[in-house]
Amino acid sequence: MATMRLSSMLGQRRNGPGRPLHWTDIAAYVYLALGVVLMFGPVLWLVLSSFKTQSALLEFPPSLLPFAQVEVTVSGQPQKLPLFRAKLPDGTVRELAQVRRIGLIAQMVDPADPSQQFRVAIDKREPVRRVALATENYSEPLQRFAFLRFLYNSVFVTVIATLITLLINSMAAYGLAVYQFPGKQAATLAVIGTLMIPVTIILVPVYLVVTELGLTNSLWAVILPGAATPTGVFLLRQYMLTLPKDLIEAARMDKASEWQIYWRIVMPLTLPALAVLAIFSIMWRWNEFLWPLAVLTKTEVYTLQIALNAFQGELQTQWHYLLAMTVVTLIPVALVFVFLQRFITTGIGSTGMK
Amino acid sequence: MSGVSSTIRPERGMATGALARLGQVAVLPVGVALRLLDPPMRWMQRMIGARRMAYVFLLPNFVFFGLFVFLPIGINVVFSVTGGTALFPSQRPYVGGDQFAYLFDCGSYLDPSSCREDHFWRGVANTAKFVVFQVTAMVLLSLVTALVLNMKIRGRGFFRAVYFFPVLLSPVVVALIWKWILQRDGLLNAAITTLGGQKILFFVDPGWAMFWAVFVSVWAHMGFYTLILLAGLQAIPADLYEAAEMDATPRWRVLLRITLPLLWPNMIVVIVLALIKGAQTFDEVFVLTGGGPGTATLMVVQYIYETAFSSQVQNFGLAAAASVVLGVVLFVLTLLQFAAARRKEV
Repeated sequence: MATMRLSSMLGQRRNGPGRPLHWTDIAAYVYLALGVVLMFGPVLWLVLSSFKTQSALLEFPPSLLPFAQVEVTVSGQPQKLPLFRAKLPDGTVRELAQVRRIGLIAQMVDPADPSQQFRVAIDKREPVRRVALATENYSEPLQRFAFLRFLYNSVFVTVIATLITLLINSMAAYGLAVYQFPGKQAATLAVIGTLMIPVTIILVPVYLVVTELGLTNSLWAVILPGAATPTGVFLLRQYMLTLPKDLIEAARMDKASEWQIYWRIVMPLTLPALAVLAIFSIMWRWNEFLWPLAVLTKTEVYTLQIALNAFQGELQTQWHYLLAMTVVTLIPVALVFVFLQRFITTGIGSTGMK
Repeated sequence: MSGVSSTIRPERGMATGALARLGQVAVLPVGVALRLLDPPMRWMQRMIGARRMAYVFLLPNFVFFGLFVFLPIGINVVFSVTGGTALFPSQRPYVGGDQFAYLFDCGSYLDPSSCREDHFWRGVANTAKFVVFQVTAMVLLSLVTALVLNMKIRGRGFFRAVYFFPVLLSPVVVALIWKWILQRDGLLNAAITTLGGQKILFFVDPGWAMFWAVFVSVWAHMGFYTLILLAGLQAIPADLYEAAEMDATPRWRVLLRITLPLLWPNMIVVIVLALIKGAQTFDEVFVLTGGGPGTATLMVVQYIYETAFSSQVQNFGLAAAASVVLGVVLFVLTLLQFAAARRKEV
């Protein structure tokens, strides 16, 4: 009886009056909770792990949060000493700093009063650990590898390629949307045709073209082949078709050149669609893998993705650097996600539900 | 003017507002460049007339298409019928169908080790296996997820975003995230030993390696297909559900009689798209397993990549021939997609 009332109350809150909570509702929430853990958990684990020290990463089983042993400065000692919680022979437990270890005996001092020395069996002491972020995982790769170089390469490719894509795609879309001309049908078909040709099946010949153009091992070899996207032409063309034709006619009356109409009138009005294409292009370029892998063979032109892949072969024992670099690679994507999140929820929501 | 622009600017998601303003600042130098292009374009217009300016606008994009798509398709065919190790077609001797004959030289097509080019056939067999498991899991999971996300639940927007999130991650990042979890002393093995089990070396066992290749790929791309199905679910007229509710139809019956039949066209789109993408699987699996152990997770695209670029002898002809074979398979799948799309319209 009580459960009945509870469930109908819950049901009222969620589904409006009079609809009891169905078992499928409960199953749905369980499924979604599981989904959150499975989808976000691994990324969260990556971020947490990236802040662990190298020795903490080797621990098994791993701790959830990044812990590090506390180190203290003791007067009279040249170096920082690791802090332990030691059980003394008289049964008391004190926090002591370890000066050195000889065999099974550790020589320890009280950090507050260095004149007090203790000898403790090593199995009678436990390291004092606090949550500490190993930020050196992030700062050291900057010096040890050409990490900034890879970051720069990725940013350069992403920004330049996106600008080129926006320019030539919008020009082509404008041509297809505004004019009537012989060959328009064929041009539209050609765009559809390119939509069906993935890079995976023209890998070798595109490599030949890029070599002929003298672009091997330059970032332009990554930028140029994918700059003209059929998706972009379509997206922009569809949007431009919705613009009123009168506007363009009026501008022609005022003696505006065709080029002026394109960039002064049509481009600003197409901004929403351009923004969508820009986001797509940023995602494609930042994440691109197979083509850069084939065409970039020198380390100094590696993009982040290629560098990460190369490192995971070389640095298998240095997960602390690898994880930190993976997190850095993930950051722009996370930013895009923050923007896209509203788009996913409202964009779809407004198509049918509301 | 303002009246016009207000009709053009209906809410198009996040595109308006702050982001658009940010974009405006970012493309400022482009704006300057576009202004500088005005005099030459004006001259051009005077020379050829306003109507033919269409060709000028189309030209840059189509030069790119020509150089990096149309021309390569032609060259690919040339590569596949010539031999040798030279990159430039003029230096390659014509060998006719030899490359294809070599690829297809098999004792039995069901046994890759009986083939002369056994790696190609292992790639084909692995890709086929991968596609069967991956597409099945993908379609079922994204269907369930879309159905759940379409229910009247709290925080729907948040949950949709959660499932979509991995779609944005790069394949390298996806693979490294899971490699870190699945490694010998990783999180999963910690969980297994805590529950009293033995550590499992996931990437040493062929079966496990394939399982995780499928799992990780589904994890990464499920959100995309869920989104397509969700859009399909929301296009189902609400009055159908209202009528069903009036008649007190049980939920499972609503699902079987209304939801699934009306969603079927979208399901076909999802299945074919997943097939096309699955046949081209490369990056996540390559970074996760490297194709191993042995050749247990070697895919066709990895075979093409390695034959052309990373083996001792760069065998462009053989790689191109394998590309042509893959291209034919993808073409058939694309025709299927168009057929499905047409059925959807009817």
